[in-house]
Amino acid sequence: MLSYSLRRLASAVPTLLLLITVAFFLIRIAPGGPFDSERGLPPDIEANLAAKYNLDEPLIVQYGRYLWQIARFDFGPSFHYLDWTVNDLIAQGAPVSFLLGFLALLLALLVGVPIGAWAAWRQNRPSDYAVMSVAMVGISVPNFVMAPLLILLFAITLGWLPAGGWEYSLSRMVLPVITLALPMIAYVARITRGSMIEVLHSSFIRTARAKGMPEKTVLINHALKPALLPVISYLGPAAAAILTGSVVVERIFTIPGIGSYFVQGALNRDYTLVMGVVILYGLLIIAFNFMVDLIYAWLDPRIRYDEIENTT
Amino acid sequence: MSDTARDPFQQALDQRIIRGRSLYIDAWHRLLKNRAALTGLVVLAGMIVLVIVGPMLSDWDYEIPDWDHYSTPPSLETGHLFGTDALGRDLYVRTLIGGRISLLVGLVATLVSLVIGISYGAVAGYFGGRIDNLMMRFVDGIYAMPFMFFVIVLMVVFGRNIFLIFVAIGAVNWLDMARIVRGQTLSLKNKAFVEAARACGSSEFQIIRRHIVPNLLGVVIVYVTLTIPQVILVESFLSFLGLGVQEPLTSWGALVNEGAQELETAPWSLLFPASFLAVTLFAFNFLGDGLRDALDPKDRH
Repeated sequence: MLSYSLRRLASAVPTLLLLITVAFFLIRIAPGGPFDSERGLPPDIEANLAAKYNLDEPLIVQYGRYLWQIARFDFGPSFHYLDWTVNDLIAQGAPVSFLLGFLALLLALLVGVPIGAWAAWRQNRPSDYAVMSVAMVGISVPNFVMAPLLILLFAITLGWLPAGGWEYSLSRMVLPVITLALPMIAYVARITRGSMIEVLHSSFIRTARAKGMPEKTVLINHALKPALLPVISYLGPAAAAILTGSVVVERIFTIPGIGSYFVQGALNRDYTLVMGVVILYGLLIIAFNFMVDLIYAWLDPRIRYDEIENTT
Repeated sequence: MSDTARDPFQQALDQRIIRGRSLYIDAWHRLLKNRAALTGLVVLAGMIVLVIVGPMLSDWDYEIPDWDHYSTPPSLETGHLFGTDALGRDLYVRTLIGGRISLLVGLVATLVSLVIGISYGAVAGYFGGRIDNLMMRFVDGIYAMPFMFFVIVLMVVFGRNIFLIFVAIGAVNWLDMARIVRGQTLSLKNKAFVEAARACGSSEFQIIRRHIVPNLLGVVIVYVTLTIPQVILVESFLSFLGLGVQEPLTSWGALVNEGAQELETAPWSLLFPASFLAVTLFAFNFLGDGLRDALDPKDRH
């Protein structure tokens, strides 16, 4: 297990390096620069600015300098939000985004798993069809449609919740978290249902029932754990979905998280900010996938990564 | 022979013409029995006809404003069935034109991802061994990247070009396809008919093209129906952020974005494109689910 973990961590390094490299050169070949404006700056000032931020050096030198910078966890100054470093911006925005994402993920699991398990248990009955149709709606309605509709209903028509803005309070978080969680609830429910049905048809469940165990014990003690494995492996893509979802949700609800910084940063050619956010997201996804694999091995005794290593 | 001919039971059997039923005919019948999937199919066909024919039948144009009606609600009197937007453009026509773009992007980008994914996956799965290992490591590597952000950067970098949307989305979406196709190919290549083809002297490429790829079709069809809505969603997402198609052209995502900004004053400008988008995605997902049940006989509980 330990050697597997170490190898996985080591393999994350080239992935991250590739990510940084592609992102760095991609945004640099974009036409336009961070200091372009409608009126245009006098050439002298422009040259001074470029010199200050080392933009006058050859690209490859800048690239080397940047790598050395991130190795020391310094993402550099923001080109757009003057007087701010990217580290500051991330330190300010990330907690907000992470809190929302974490709550949404939690909500998705707490709601999605029971719904899916219940639908599996009632397989092919009207209640199963009803629940799964609702789940399909959750999957089919994109979050940027869902968010305005929720605002229209709960903020404008009913006036129960604020339509946007941010502070650390429950009422401000309800709608963004629900918007982020809804499609995931639907996915989790569908996945749980599918795997639960498979498990319920397997022989050890039949044995448990034949022994006369109460249905509740069969479902919760025997069926749920193996049925959860596919849900665990969905968590990797789910993390990525939350990250992209956060871009939309933060924009609609005017929340100052890193998702909203990213799009603005890309439009402003704020090189360092975009890079910082991309690297952060890359790290997150890598870390998440890694965690998912570990949880998976821990839940499923049939998977032992170190043994696989010997056979292949 | 004459003995069996006298047996009435056998006679009856002989008279019946027994025709082989291909997997696809079987699957088609199963699909027709699935009411949700069939509804999805019909809705999609209707939607395609509507977005092609609908704008032609309207008196309005998608980019020319009606100077007398700004942000008017849907009404039969003005002739604007879905109302008009803040610039006085007819939302019925705009919604359908947006649908054309969204569906087109969905189809073309899926095709791009399909071509890359199938060839990549089939080659990796068929040759196996070190090539497979290397190719799949590469896919794993790319997989770990925040791809939506790359698409966003791409769109910003190269400007909003509709062809770029096709390529960018297609280039992102081929990974899943490659994985699925590889897995399927791995199991197919050891089947007896591949052995037979090799014994007949077919070249490797011929085997891949004539024997492996056609057998992948079932999985691929299911995957395509489930990818198209995803792609439409990605395009809408980009358009929503203002990075997708450019004005005066539009797509469902762009219309939803405009509608969301006028939510309080003109809710119809959100509701119509949003429901068109949702209904289409809904139909695709139901069809995809139905196709999976129909084409994958092992997973039918």
